[in-house]
Amino acid sequence: MFRKLHDPRGEALTVTIDGVPVAAEANESVAAVLLRQTPVWLRTTPVSDALRGPYCMMGVCFDCLATVDGVASVQTCLTQVRDGMRIDRQRGRPSVAS
Amino acid sequence: MSRRVDLLIVGAGPAGLSAAITARCHGMDVLVVDEQPTPGGQIWRNVEAVAGTPRAAILGKAYGEGLAVVGRFRASGAGYEPGTQVWQVETGPRAFMTRNGAASSIEPGCLLLATGAQERPAPFPGWTLPGVMTVGAAQIVLKTSGQIPSDPVWIAGNGPLSLLYAAQLLQAGGQIAGFLDTTPPGRTAAAIPKLAAALFSAPGDLMKGLGWVSALRRRVPYVQHVTKIEAIGGDTIERLRYVTASGKTATVEARLLLVHEGIVPTIHPTLALGCRHGWNTNQDSFAPQLDIWGETSEPGVFVAGDGAGIGGATTACLRGEIAALRIAARLGRLPEAQAAAAAQPIRSRLTRALAARPFLDTLYRPRSAVFVPPDETVACRCEEVTVASIREQAAAGRPGPNQVKAFTRAGMGPCQGRQCGYTIAHVLADAEGREVPDVGLYRVRPPLKPLTLGELAALDSADVTS
Repeated sequence: MFRKLHDPRGEALTVTIDGVPVAAEANESVAAVLLRQTPVWLRTTPVSDALRGPYCMMGVCFDCLATVDGVASVQTCLTQVRDGMRIDRQRGRPSVAS
Repeated sequence: MSRRVDLLIVGAGPAGLSAAITARCHGMDVLVVDEQPTPGGQIWRNVEAVAGTPRAAILGKAYGEGLAVVGRFRASGAGYEPGTQVWQVETGPRAFMTRNGAASSIEPGCLLLATGAQERPAPFPGWTLPGVMTVGAAQIVLKTSGQIPSDPVWIAGNGPLSLLYAAQLLQAGGQIAGFLDTTPPGRTAAAIPKLAAALFSAPGDLMKGLGWVSALRRRVPYVQHVTKIEAIGGDTIERLRYVTASGKTATVEARLLLVHEGIVPTIHPTLALGCRHGWNTNQDSFAPQLDIWGETSEPGVFVAGDGAGIGGATTACLRGEIAALRIAARLGRLPEAQAAAAAQPIRSRLTRALAARPFLDTLYRPRSAVFVPPDETVACRCEEVTVASIREQAAAGRPGPNQVKAFTRAGMGPCQGRQCGYTIAHVLADAEGREVPDVGLYRVRPPLKPLTLGELAALDSADVTS
């Protein structure tokens, strides 16, 4: 849905989204990385299982929640990528123990 | 133990940075905490990294001007803790926050909330589909990640930010499928009497805005007076339907739709604290009631920047400086008479900077469907409560937002009413024949941002006793 204006070089990191390796740049947010992927959704809602993706990108809407390194409902627009980070799309109600 | 500083500033945007610089000039011990990883707020987001790259030219002069302010802040000696979420603000003042998974509290001499603004929630049918985002969100991605929409994008909106982003996107080589201008008919005529004051205040900005509009009209399909929009799709937006004031209807293919209907002050922290708020008729939003220095009804708690009412970056800087002068006097770092004298020329500049607002507020006042969307629209994104269900509640007996919340769960999801508060207030006001300020917003309770039980449990026990 989005593309980089520049060639990402140097500082290249690898994260996984649902187990798939994805290239990212240092200092970008998890949600920004997701906007370059297909599909572009990050979670399904606990109420109706509707798909949701990033909406406001500034920590207000809470629609970009996903599981990051095993922690559920992380605001991915406020979370910067780290090399080796595990990002998983979150389906429905997260488990309290996850 | 609670840490102690003279001045705690929440928010590292124009107001917070300017206040910190001024406060440091008067020898105060200052700490700035901010949610983002780098200083600048949303308007100057990531400016240190972008300055000097081709992206700086795309983002323009007003963005680049942030670099000097950020530089002065870095050199000021103020403490700075990015990546911090403030989740509770109490009388005292005392603030609780989390950073790197660790919670702590701070008891400052004075607290300045410089938490800025958020885009005005503008619900319409289909606005929850992936592929529908705000214009502000797309601009943040341009600033922080250097990325633009990969396909021709539809932009539907009203207000300077949608025009600015469209201009930036074209400059960056992006493509716009069409621009749906949602400014209602008659706004220009209503705004003309206020034009002279705006020209006096910011002639350059107005000329810039006119330039954006004429460039857009030349280069992309530009539809005026769009009254209704609807996003249609399955897993993501596929089509966009719109209706104009003259009754023209069209359905077009859409992979990405960006929407924007102005911005409103961030008031969750001051609401939680119980500060008095007032309704700003010109800006269709609540704002904390402040004295001429920016102090709220809560002693020692100040607000500066767009959180005090939308005014833009220049205004935010000036309000930050004025608040810092008062705080310096309050803490005995500056005689009151000197603070008053120093504030005088800043107030003159503030008056001038604000002179364009009546024109902009009138010209860009959103259409009524932004406030009271069609019945099938999801009002509360988190709990998926429709406008129709809110109306059913209203029909059952003049409830307020807090009763509707209890009955429908609207406002009880993770965003805590940040996206639905105004919609609920407007729909209830409409259904019950009341005024929005009379209906009011949800009561805001801590935590203002989610925190884990682990973070809470790890608070030093001395943090939670006075």
